[in-house]
Amino acid sequence: MRTACTWIMLAIATVTITLSLPQKAAAIPDKIDIGSLEALYKKVNFDHAAHIKTIYDCAVCHHHTTGALVTDPNCVRCHKTSNPTKDVACRNCHRKDPFSADVMNEKLNPNRYHNDIPGLKGAYHQSCLGCHKKMNGPTGCQDCHKRKPEGDAMFNAGEFAPKKPAGKGHGGH
Amino acid sequence: MKRRDFLKGCLMCSAAAAVGTGSKAQAAGSFEGYPDAMGVLVDLTRCVGCRSCEAACNKEQRLPEPDVPFDDTSVFEEKRRPTERAYTVVNKYETGQGEPVYRKIQCNHCNEPACLTSCFVNAYTKTKEGAVIYNPKICVGCRNCMIACPFNVPGYSYSSAFNPVVKKCIFCHDTRLKNGRPPACVEACPQEVLTFGKRADLIKLGHERIRETPTRYYDKIYGEKEVGGTGWLYLSSVPFDKVGFDTTLQNEPIISNVKDFLGMVPMVLAIWPALFTGVHLLSTKNKDGHDDHDDSHNGTGGH
Repeated sequence: MRTACTWIMLAIATVTITLSLPQKAAAIPDKIDIGSLEALYKKVNFDHAAHIKTIYDCAVCHHHTTGALVTDPNCVRCHKTSNPTKDVACRNCHRKDPFSADVMNEKLNPNRYHNDIPGLKGAYHQSCLGCHKKMNGPTGCQDCHKRKPEGDAMFNAGEFAPKKPAGKGHGGH
Repeated sequence: MKRRDFLKGCLMCSAAAAVGTGSKAQAAGSFEGYPDAMGVLVDLTRCVGCRSCEAACNKEQRLPEPDVPFDDTSVFEEKRRPTERAYTVVNKYETGQGEPVYRKIQCNHCNEPACLTSCFVNAYTKTKEGAVIYNPKICVGCRNCMIACPFNVPGYSYSSAFNPVVKKCIFCHDTRLKNGRPPACVEACPQEVLTFGKRADLIKLGHERIRETPTRYYDKIYGEKEVGGTGWLYLSSVPFDKVGFDTTLQNEPIISNVKDFLGMVPMVLAIWPALFTGVHLLSTKNKDGHDDHDDSHNGTGGH
């Protein structure tokens, strides 16, 4: 029993270490589950491989972090010869809580240039939806993440839809 | 001699009062809001019209059930305004330049709110956090604030027969803002159209966005100067009058229009009766001779 436990612990440790190492070509994930809006929506099963095939250029989504050549004249000013960064995942720079006191205080540093980094949710949507519009990809909310019952309740949709007839017809009385 | 002194005094008093009110009015115009007041920068170029903010507001403020679900886009067929049932609404504008522009409307939380100025029972408060809140227990439902608001924001509970009051966005002050948290709409917005922060920082941020991507933005932050500055600020890709903003508003706070006049009222009430009584006494004395005066003197002397 104890040996089994040790083996499992070792396996977990190995996986953790592998994941935390600088990502090389071999470590690029094919599928990524994005669950940051799980309170209201089901996870997005993001097909990373398909996006790589379609776009090729990592910099379109990952900016300068993968070492790919950036073309945005604003970014080129500093990141023309930037090395790949240790972390390339969106969540490492785009914070889940962009308006928390901690993050807002970080922005007060006058030496910091990037004080307008969108939060994680904003970054995902601006990047994904912006590109999907240009490339004729799916743009409906539920094309990417299906709503859970909690989401339906939030939007008064589905089984939570208003029961009474819509306002326009009602005004006749 | 005494009469002359009295008249001199009257004139000096009125002159002093006039000078006093003049300087007060100037001070009102230069007030730029509380230094740490929070605000929201609304970047219309990012909005996709998903109405998540409306849904979040409805739940946070426990507003009544909407007529149609919040994912129903048929509401964009008409231009809506905030009501007692919806403190924020999104309208759609076809500008003829590519994508439609969506505009979120809610209370703009002015630095010098006209609603507050117009309220004769003092139901409104501008908090140091930047929110314009109101006390529905004090509100008498006179609707002066609805007329005073340059943005047509306050709604009215017409549905209530016995205690109708004004209803509007309060920046989620009670549940969020006073605890340092952003309002519900900001947190719900998927596109981060809404950036929460100190008003002073947001103005810098807005100008920086315009500078970095000048092709994306019309070169102006709406609300930076309008009616003395508002807590909620807007960036747009098209001129603001094309997406329903009133671009004819003055930069002076609304209160500056009336402060000179209102400052005169106490002066008139206090000084004019005394002044005109004096004038009346003088004129009657000149016409009718000394009789009246002497009589009164004799009368007082008799006691």
